[in-house]
Amino acid sequence: MDILYFAWVRERIGLPRERVETTAATVADLVEELRGREDRYAAAFADLSALRVALDQELSEFDAPLDGVREVAFFPPMTGG
Amino acid sequence: MRISVQEAPFKLGAESDAFAAGVENAGAVVTFTGVVRDADQGGLQAMEIEHYPGMTEKALTAIAEEAMSRWSLADALVIHRHGRLAPGERIMMVATAARHRKDAFEAAEYLMDYLKSRAPFWKKEILAGGRADWVAAKDVDEDALKRW
Repeated sequence: MDILYFAWVRERIGLPRERVETTAATVADLVEELRGREDRYAAAFADLSALRVALDQELSEFDAPLDGVREVAFFPPMTGG
Repeated sequence: MRISVQEAPFKLGAESDAFAAGVENAGAVVTFTGVVRDADQGGLQAMEIEHYPGMTEKALTAIAEEAMSRWSLADALVIHRHGRLAPGERIMMVATAARHRKDAFEAAEYLMDYLKSRAPFWKKEILAGGRADWVAAKDVDEDALKRW
């Protein structure tokens, strides 16, 4: 699946998107997998309350299943307007 | 209903005129415009606005459709810019048209409240001396959604 990062999450991880092969069942499982990769991922995902997640461009929750999801995006709370 | 996510500036007068001219039998047209301001008087050089292409348009469309269904609106318009903006530049505008002003005002406020916290935009302040800070979301903005 494609994973996208925005704002300071993108800066902390150092890339805007990447393709990941995963068997993670939920968003939380995926986060755990990413955290284990490298320090920059652990830093970006240190505090999930500071993050939001979208699945196929719809806001979602960290306990949501990843079944059939093609695009996951992580970002901080939005600041439009 | 029109949604535009764009890098280019927009003309407030021309957009407002075109919007008002496009609705029939609407006794009330409300417009709101957001402008880049130096929040802390700290020498803001620019505001960089990042967004999530694809999701942004979907989210704004869903928010505007919800407003159209909740209030008796003749039409609604949302324009939101992204990219690098200088202080004083217009970031975004919403416009609503209705038979009566209450619907137009309330729907415009609803659009603004949801657009601030549910549309995937992120602001970064570029300050004098090369410092750059991501603007933090405010609890008060999240709380504002509860009244709807």
